Amino acid sequence: MMSKLMVAVSPHFTGKRTTQKIMLDVIIALLPAAVASVILFGWRSLLVIGVCVAASVASEFLFEKLCKRSNTVYDLSAVVTGLLLAFNLPVSIPLWQAVFGSVVAVIVVKQLFGGIGQNFANPAITARIVMMTAFSSTMTNWVVPSTLKMPDAITSATPLVAAAKGTTSMMPSYLDLFLGRHAGCLGETCALALLLGGVYLLIRRVISWHTPVAFLGTVALMSLVCGKDVLYQLLSGGLLLGALFMATDYATTPPTKTGKLIFGVGCGLITILIRFWGNLPEGVSFSILLMNIFTPYIAKLTRTRPMTGGAKG
Amino acid sequence: MRLHGIRIPHKKNTAGMKPVRLPLPETVTIPMLMHIGKHARAVVKPGDSVKVGQIIGAADGYISSDIHSSVSGTVEKMVELTAFNGNKVSCVQIRCDGKQEKDPTLRVPEVTDFDSFITAVKTSGVVGLGGAGFPSFVKLGVNDLSKIDAIILNGAECEPYITSDTRTMIDKADYVFKGIRTLQKYMHAKRVIIGIENNKREAIASMKSYADKTEGVEVKVLPSIYPQGGEKVLIYHTIHKLVPKGGLPLDVGAVVINVTTLAFIAEYMETGIPLIEKCITVDGSAVKEPKNVIAPIGMTISELLKAVGGVKEEPAKVIYGGPMMGIAMQSLEEPVLKITNAVIAMGKKEATLPKITPCIACGGCSAHCPFRLDPRAIAKAYDRKDAEELEKLCVDMCMECGCCSYICPANRPLVHTNKLAKALLRTYRAEKEKETK
Repeated sequence: MMSKLMVAVSPHFTGKRTTQKIMLDVIIALLPAAVASVILFGWRSLLVIGVCVAASVASEFLFEKLCKRSNTVYDLSAVVTGLLLAFNLPVSIPLWQAVFGSVVAVIVVKQLFGGIGQNFANPAITARIVMMTAFSSTMTNWVVPSTLKMPDAITSATPLVAAAKGTTSMMPSYLDLFLGRHAGCLGETCALALLLGGVYLLIRRVISWHTPVAFLGTVALMSLVCGKDVLYQLLSGGLLLGALFMATDYATTPPTKTGKLIFGVGCGLITILIRFWGNLPEGVSFSILLMNIFTPYIAKLTRTRPMTGGAKG
Repeated sequence: MRLHGIRIPHKKNTAGMKPVRLPLPETVTIPMLMHIGKHARAVVKPGDSVKVGQIIGAADGYISSDIHSSVSGTVEKMVELTAFNGNKVSCVQIRCDGKQEKDPTLRVPEVTDFDSFITAVKTSGVVGLGGAGFPSFVKLGVNDLSKIDAIILNGAECEPYITSDTRTMIDKADYVFKGIRTLQKYMHAKRVIIGIENNKREAIASMKSYADKTEGVEVKVLPSIYPQGGEKVLIYHTIHKLVPKGGLPLDVGAVVINVTTLAFIAEYMETGIPLIEKCITVDGSAVKEPKNVIAPIGMTISELLKAVGGVKEEPAKVIYGGPMMGIAMQSLEEPVLKITNAVIAMGKKEATLPKITPCIACGGCSAHCPFRLDPRAIAKAYDRKDAEELEKLCVDMCMECGCCSYICPANRPLVHTNKLAKALLRTYRAEKEKETK
């Protein structure tokens, strides 16, 4: 019995979870919101999502080919980036702008910093901010959901704009907020769908509760302190999408529980500052991007200490 | 508080199987190194006739161990093999005569006090049978017995597949407790704790039925979270004390001994027959009929696999010990060692690990490390060859349990990097010491 044997360092066992499976879980978690966007804003949502995903995957593939890096398209992270970016765009966005955003997200924010796991800022968030600056009119061309039985393509104020201007007549009800029947980016409006996805990610242990709870908790608490409508603040804007799906990104947020709590509180505070005292109606994207910048410092501050049992480390 | 760890598949397929004695092979190949420490010196030469239990390798230096013949027969030749630690080791190859005549000089040891007890442990040739192979007489030869608060018996057996310790606790419970009484008598153990993972109901029941009748013995049922059987982990979860970095269990008043090691010591004190055979779990996806067997030390793995009923497919990877910390052997001609508690023959599918992909910074490795090390930071520091940073990251605390590699979704070879980083740190320290001199 002379056979060739594999010789390798232990362990000779490995867990079933892979990067690809984690990304697949995120995609599954984003599906309810994708379905909701089609119901609320019509088939064009699907077109925007498709274009963003295709452009993101193509950018990743071509860039890695060009740089002779190993191909990481199979890990599905570019699909997640494309989905998240699409969710952050109004349904009426011109398609070439959606493509531009995807290229910025994948090539500029992710690949130029070394690819998956190496980027310091969330690709979809950063691309959204770039697009808000570059295409400010099309990025705020809010369409009223078709389910409100109003004529299509009527532009309207988002709930946060309505609240900031004090135009209470334009403020949707809690139920409309919860179901997403109000103006906004195509994937951010339906709180129900986002919460479903978030719960799925928690059950699958893809994300931990620390960041979302700290983020949403801070926003709730600060709204209460500032005398604002807590539920209204929680359900509007990109808060749920940001807190559940973007502030929980691995590479751009701290790895430890304490770090995640600090990150979440920071995001909450910045969101509130921008919403209540800033010029912009919404601050979730900026809060996450700013906290992304602080992440290395938070990570260093809260890193796990080896259990040396009293001996000098 | 608990130390972190991971839930892994148990695969204890053979837990209910009493070990069966294998027929004698035609030859045995016995290495002169089956322990941590110095190689034993071969004291027989080709042509010599040897008996069962006869010393064929004499302990050389303090941390070493005698090596006994597992068969009666004639020394055929000396061969060289790669030892479990990667170095070359000379082995005595013996052709069995099938008579299994005992060495007439073997005597039941006379144990009257601590010193004669330690001498008996030494002459038995026993080393840590949990897999570490540290000579037991060194471990038990505590200078100041008053330092010992608790003796902890390791019956955790946290590795997948392996059930040989489980069988010891079921089949040799009387020897385990004879051993415990010896420890109580000669080492003045006030407290004896048997730590067992909760997936071994039969073993727990067996140990508890004896513990109820013995004073000063408690059975501690532990959650089945790997690496429960790691020495420092077991100490922390039984007496809630953390062995300091670079320290020994005795620093927190503990002595840890594997249940099979202790049962063997007790058996030796009755029979006078040294360590010449082992109970081994033979399992893995390539094995046709997984079972527990009793095999003589020196039997080659190819013969062992044949004797248990053969293989379903060509083994792609064969491991001494469990799949988490076991050592992949280079050839099936390697023999059963003193420290072999399992032989896992994996088929191609089981042996093939997924592709290594880029780190996604999920933090799983540090979140699951029992000692809260940061394998990701260690890998980065190692890439820079930054030994000072490795010192700060306490890479030398890594016990190579494999939780980080197991949990990593990118399948990064983190244990491998930790090993390399440890070696780098050792070299750096040695050089620094030279400079200061």
